Amino acid sequence: MMEMKHVKAEVNGDPVEYLCDPRESLLDALRDRLSLTGAKEGCGTGDCGACSILLDGDLVCSCLVLAAEAEGKRIDTIEGMADGETLHPLQSQFLQHAALQCGICTPGILVAAKALLERIPDPSDSEIRYWLAGNLCRCTGYDKIVRAVKDAAVEMRRT
Amino acid sequence: MDYVAPATISEAVGSAHAASGSVRFLAGGTDVLVQLRSGMHTPDIIIDVKNIPGMLDVARNNDGGWTIGAAVPGIRIGEVAELRSDWPGVVEAMELIGSTQIQGRASLIGNLCNGSPAADVVPALFAAAARVSIAGPQGEREVGVSEIPVGPGRNSLAKGEIITALHLPPRRAAAADAYLRFIPRTEMDIAVVGCAVNLSLNGDRVAEASVALGAVAPTVLSVPEAAAALVGSQMDSPALDRMSAACSAACRPIDDKRGTVEFRTDVAGVLGRRAAVIAYNRAGRE
Repeated sequence: MMEMKHVKAEVNGDPVEYLCDPRESLLDALRDRLSLTGAKEGCGTGDCGACSILLDGDLVCSCLVLAAEAEGKRIDTIEGMADGETLHPLQSQFLQHAALQCGICTPGILVAAKALLERIPDPSDSEIRYWLAGNLCRCTGYDKIVRAVKDAAVEMRRT
Repeated sequence: MDYVAPATISEAVGSAHAASGSVRFLAGGTDVLVQLRSGMHTPDIIIDVKNIPGMLDVARNNDGGWTIGAAVPGIRIGEVAELRSDWPGVVEAMELIGSTQIQGRASLIGNLCNGSPAADVVPALFAAAARVSIAGPQGEREVGVSEIPVGPGRNSLAKGEIITALHLPPRRAAAADAYLRFIPRTEMDIAVVGCAVNLSLNGDRVAEASVALGAVAPTVLSVPEAAAALVGSQMDSPALDRMSAACSAACRPIDDKRGTVEFRTDVAGVLGRRAAVIAYNRAGRE
């Protein structure tokens, strides 16, 4: 029996603790130990971006982070995006534009897009497409996603 | 598999040296954890180096060179404006690797140690004459990056040895580098051919040059014949023709689904020529 690792971290501003297997991904710990099932497993090898989170402010695939690596780290997931019942401008623009169909990629794309707008408040189409190139969507064809991000950027610059 | 996150180099070296089975050092994990997830390789111990002081630091030395910790992710590399200005080719090579998410984790040294012949950043490090500090059970040593890769997926590090930092030399005036790769799409693919050129100018003539190719041999290659073709030239057509031919002549590629021997050999010459012109124009603007 492999020794379990005890991890203390901060998720969406709240302190959390869990025990994990040394091989376990942070994605599995978030979903199965902390019941935060917003981040999705698409590929499990860092190709699809459905498990995107922020780790100490950096956008990463949580499937390519060990759960044990999160010790002392600040983690932000899709669950922390809305302010109570008030959706984030990106979330409402995704609804407005119908920028999702099956929805599996959506949490990862929202987390990634938010990180983009914090870095570049007025991104061009190509900046959006390059930044989101690691987030695969097999439904929308991406155009609606790009438009939703642009309109959210406009809305966020106004406030 | 066990996981440890030591706070010092000596602890990390000690854990690696004492391990009975296979050891992997973990920086960004974009190779190590993919190999773990896909069942290619499950190490007996993963030694996470990111808690060791200096591993995540980028610093300009007093002599104008740079020291980059072994676990610094791509996103940090791109944020340092002076580093981009000194070593634009190294920075653009790093930034070509993977998605935004991968950039949040992947490191220059990880790319070097992974040993892929197609690694993007490695030709740029070869051309830059970068060096690495290595800590191990016998103490510390420093070697040129070209001594690290020895074959596909293999490096020259001995058991218990770990690269702690990358060193880029000081930049002289009127000098620059460039990296280009060919992939069949615009983003996020493995190089079919990669080429880095680093040069300095004396007036409008090339004073010194170095050229390295990726994905055309079992390891990244330095191509001194291609560099020699540039030295003394004003980037004129005959010099570029000789440089391009020397790049192609150095290729010993494989045939695979991403490129044939003939295609890779030809493209190496094309990329060599283009990268040389980009580096020359950048150096002229310095």
